[in-house]
Amino acid sequence: MKITLRIWRQPDRDAAGSMATYEVAGISPDMSFLEMLDVLNEELALAGGDPVAFDHDCREGICGMCSLVINGLAHGPEALTTACQLYLRHFTDGQVIDVEPWRATPFPVLKDLVVDRGALDRIVAAGGYISAPTGAAPEAHSVPVPRKDAERAFDAAACIGCGACVAACPNGSASLFLGAKITHLGALPQGQPERDARALAMVEQHDAEGFGGCSQIGECTAVCPAGIPLDMISQLNHDVLTALPRGKDQRG
Amino acid sequence: MGGAMNGYYAGGDPLVDTKDPGGPITERWDKRRFEAKLVNPANRRKRTVIIIGTGLAGGSAAATLGEAGYQLKVFCYQDSARRAHSIAAQGGINAAKDYRNDGDSVQRLFYDTVKGGDYRSRESNVYRLAQVSAAIIDQAVAQGVPFAREYGGLLDTRSFGGVQVSRTFYARGQTGQQLLLGAYQALERQVASGTVELNTRHEMLELVVIDGRARGVVVRDMVTGAFETHLADAVVLASGGYGNAYYLSTNAMGCNVSATWRAHRKGAYFANPCYTQIHPTCIPVSGEHQSKLTLMSESLRNDGRIWVPAVAGDTRDPALIPEAERDYYLERTYPAFGNLVPRDVASRAAKQQCDAGRGVGPGGLGVYLDFADAIKRLGRETIEEKYGNLFDMYAKITDEDPYSTPMRIYPAIHYTMGGLWVDYDLESTVPGLFVIGEANFSDHGANRLGASALMQGLADGYFVLPGTIGDYLATNPLPAGIDATHPAVLEAEAAVRERTARLLAVNGSRTVDSFHRELGSILWEYCGMERNEEGLTKAIGLIRELREAFWADVKVTGVNEELNQSLERAGRVADFFELAELMCIDALHRRESCGAHFRTESRTPEGEALRIDEEYSHVAAWEFTGDGAPPILHREHLGFEHIKVQARSYK
Repeated sequence: MKITLRIWRQPDRDAAGSMATYEVAGISPDMSFLEMLDVLNEELALAGGDPVAFDHDCREGICGMCSLVINGLAHGPEALTTACQLYLRHFTDGQVIDVEPWRATPFPVLKDLVVDRGALDRIVAAGGYISAPTGAAPEAHSVPVPRKDAERAFDAAACIGCGACVAACPNGSASLFLGAKITHLGALPQGQPERDARALAMVEQHDAEGFGGCSQIGECTAVCPAGIPLDMISQLNHDVLTALPRGKDQRG
Repeated sequence: MGGAMNGYYAGGDPLVDTKDPGGPITERWDKRRFEAKLVNPANRRKRTVIIIGTGLAGGSAAATLGEAGYQLKVFCYQDSARRAHSIAAQGGINAAKDYRNDGDSVQRLFYDTVKGGDYRSRESNVYRLAQVSAAIIDQAVAQGVPFAREYGGLLDTRSFGGVQVSRTFYARGQTGQQLLLGAYQALERQVASGTVELNTRHEMLELVVIDGRARGVVVRDMVTGAFETHLADAVVLASGGYGNAYYLSTNAMGCNVSATWRAHRKGAYFANPCYTQIHPTCIPVSGEHQSKLTLMSESLRNDGRIWVPAVAGDTRDPALIPEAERDYYLERTYPAFGNLVPRDVASRAAKQQCDAGRGVGPGGLGVYLDFADAIKRLGRETIEEKYGNLFDMYAKITDEDPYSTPMRIYPAIHYTMGGLWVDYDLESTVPGLFVIGEANFSDHGANRLGASALMQGLADGYFVLPGTIGDYLATNPLPAGIDATHPAVLEAEAAVRERTARLLAVNGSRTVDSFHRELGSILWEYCGMERNEEGLTKAIGLIRELREAFWADVKVTGVNEELNQSLERAGRVADFFELAELMCIDALHRRESCGAHFRTESRTPEGEALRIDEEYSHVAAWEFTGDGAPPILHREHLGFEHIKVQARSYK
C-alpha cells in the first residue's frame, strides 16, 4: 500500500505549527497505524530529517497514551479503537490521511502530535479516589457488592484516560472522563462516604483547568475507545446536583 | 563449575547475608517488622525517598509511604502515572483467601509459587508474599477496584496455569488496569496532600552514590532535555522489567532496563538476568514491521483447548479438520493439568509442535486455542462475558472472529524474573537502594506462575517495602551539607552529559530501531526458549560486534534540548546491548534446564527439562567490573527447609 500523510508539525509548545506532507510506500494492510508512523520515522531519520513525535506505549489499547486525530476523528475511523489498535486494512491504497494532535486549550501541544494531558491527573488528584490508607482495609467480603453495581462500576472504570472525549468535544469538555470516574466510585458502597465531596471537587478542578461545559452533543462517547456511555454524564450531573445543597465540607 | 568460563566471567565470593530473619517461617515477617527501627511520625516528613516508576509496585509504595508521612519524589517516563505497563496485565491476581473452600491456604500458595518457580526462589520471601496476599485484595476492594462478583455480592475467582485451586481474583480481562488505577488514585491523593511530588515525562539516567550509599538520581526532563539531579535519603527503583531487550515482546514500547542497568554499573548486583518468561498465549507475529506482540490472557486456557493438526503440513481450514485428526497435545501429554500446565511447559510444547511442522497460520508459527467446545457447553454469552474484551482485541489485530474460528497463539517474551539482587528487606547491594516489583529478582524463581506478578508488585509496594525501608531511614539519613556540588553528583551529571553527547555525535547510517531489531533476533534465537553453549557463545560474539557497530554507525537525530524520542530510544537500546551480553553469560553459566529455560544439554530421557539441583540451586548475582571486563559471579545458595525439592512434573 501507499499512503499520503499530512501531519501536524510543531517544534515545541511555543512555536507555530503547520501541516507537512509525507508519502509512505511499501506498507502492508496488516500493519498498525503507528507501525506506519514508525516506518515513516525511520525514513525521515535516515534522510536527516526530524522524526514525527507522537505518544504511544502499550500498543494494546489499554494504557491510553496514544492520541492522534486521524482524518478529523480522535483515534481514527474505527469504533471502540485506540490509534494503536487501528490497522491499515481500514484504509485504502493511495488514501490521503490527516494526522493531528488532540486539540483543546487545557492540552497544550508539546511537540508535533504530543500534548500535555496533566490536567486530567489534576482532576483525579482533586478527588477521584476513595480514601483508603494502606492497612486500614476491612476484610474484602465484609462489604458485599451487588453484581449489577460491580458491573456498572467496571463499565465506568474501563476509561483509559486518553482524553479523546475532550479532543472530540466542540466545547472542549472533559465531562465523559469526569462522569466515568464519578460513576465508577459512586456505584460502589465503598465510594459513598466521599461521594458528594468527590463530585464537587472534581468538577471544580475540571472548570479551573479550562475545560468547557457539556451540552450533550455526544461526540465524546462516539469516539471513546473504551465505550464509556453518555449516560455517565447524566450520572455526573445527578451527583453534582445532589451534592450542591449539601456542600463539600464533609471532606475536611 | 566454580571458576571462570573461557574468560566470560570470574568467580567471586558467595553472597551470604540476605537479612533473612530466621526462625519459624510463619513468624519471620513479624519478627523482621518488630526488629526494624521506626521513624517517629513527626520526623517522617524530614525524610525524602525517590521512587522511579509508577506501576503497581512504585505507585503503591509511593501512596503508602506518602500516607505514612514521608516526602516522596516520584518519576515516570510516561505522561501520566496511570500509564505504567502494569496497566496491561489482563488475567488476575492471586491471593490465599480460600473463599472457594477448595483447600487453599498461605502454605499452599507458598508451595505452588516455590514449585512453579522451579525451586529457584527464596522460601522466606515467597512465604511472606503468600502471607500478605490476602491483605492486597482487601486493600484493592477498599479503594474501589471493581473485581468480578458473584450474584450474592461476594468476590468471584478463577484458576490459572500451574495450580489446582481457584484463587485468582479478576476484573474482566483488565485486572492490571483496575489495580493500577487503584494505586494511581491513591498516589494522586498524596500528590494533592503534598507528600508526593510527581514528575512525569522524566527518565532516570544515572544513580548518585555518595560514600557507598544511594542518595539520588540524575534524570532527564523529556520535554526540555534538562538534566536534573535529585537527592534523597533513599532511592527505590520500581522501573519494571527488561523484556524489550528482545525487541518483540508483550511489553509496552517504552519499557526499558536503563534505571536498573545504570544502578548495576554503580554497584548493584544483577541477579538471574537470563530468567525471562516466555508466555504461551500471544498473538503470533504477522509481518516484518511488527513493533510488539500482544498477549492474550492465560485465563483463556481455562476454557480454550489447545491443538494442532495431527499430521504435519495440514493447511486445511480448522473447521474442516475432524476431531480424529487433531492433536490436543497438552491434554494428551499432561492429563493432570491439561491446558493449564505452567507457562514454560505450554510454551515449549507449542514450539516443539511448530518445529515438527504441525504449526498453523502464516509461517507455521502458531497453534490453535479453540473455544468451540466451551461455547457449545456454556453458551456464547458466558464466553463473551468472561473473555469478551480479549476476543475483541484478537479480532481487531488479526481480522479473524475467534467465536467462529479458533484463535492462533504462539509464545512470546513476557516477563523478566531476573533483576537487581535484593535481600529480604528488598535492599540491593548498594545500601539505600531498594528495588521492588519486576525490577528486582526475587520471589518468582526461574518461572512465574500466572497472576503472581500483580501480587508481587502490590505486596512489595503496599506492604513489604513500607515495612523495611523505615529501618534504613531511621538509621541512615542523608548527612547534612550534602548538596548538588558534591563530587559524586558532579561525576554522575558529567557521565550523563558525556553519554548523551556521544549518542548524538555518532550521526551514522543506521536507525536505532534497526539495531534494536537485530539485537532482539539474536537474543530470541540463542537466549530464548532453548539455549546451549554453542549458541550462547556465538550470541555473545554477535552482540559485541553489533554493539560496536551501534556506537560507530547509529543515527540519532535532533538535539538534547528538545522532546527527542530518537535520543530516548537510543539510550535505552545502548543499555539493552550491555544487558544482553550479561543475559547470555548468565545463561551460559547455568548449564541446567529450569523454569522457562531449556538447556538442550540438560534433559531427561523423555526429553523434558532436567534441573541440576546439586550445582545450580543458587541465585546468580553478577557484579559489574567495568566496560569490557568480565563480570564477577556471586552465588547465593538456595536452601529449602519447608518444601521438599522434587522434579517438577505436571503429568
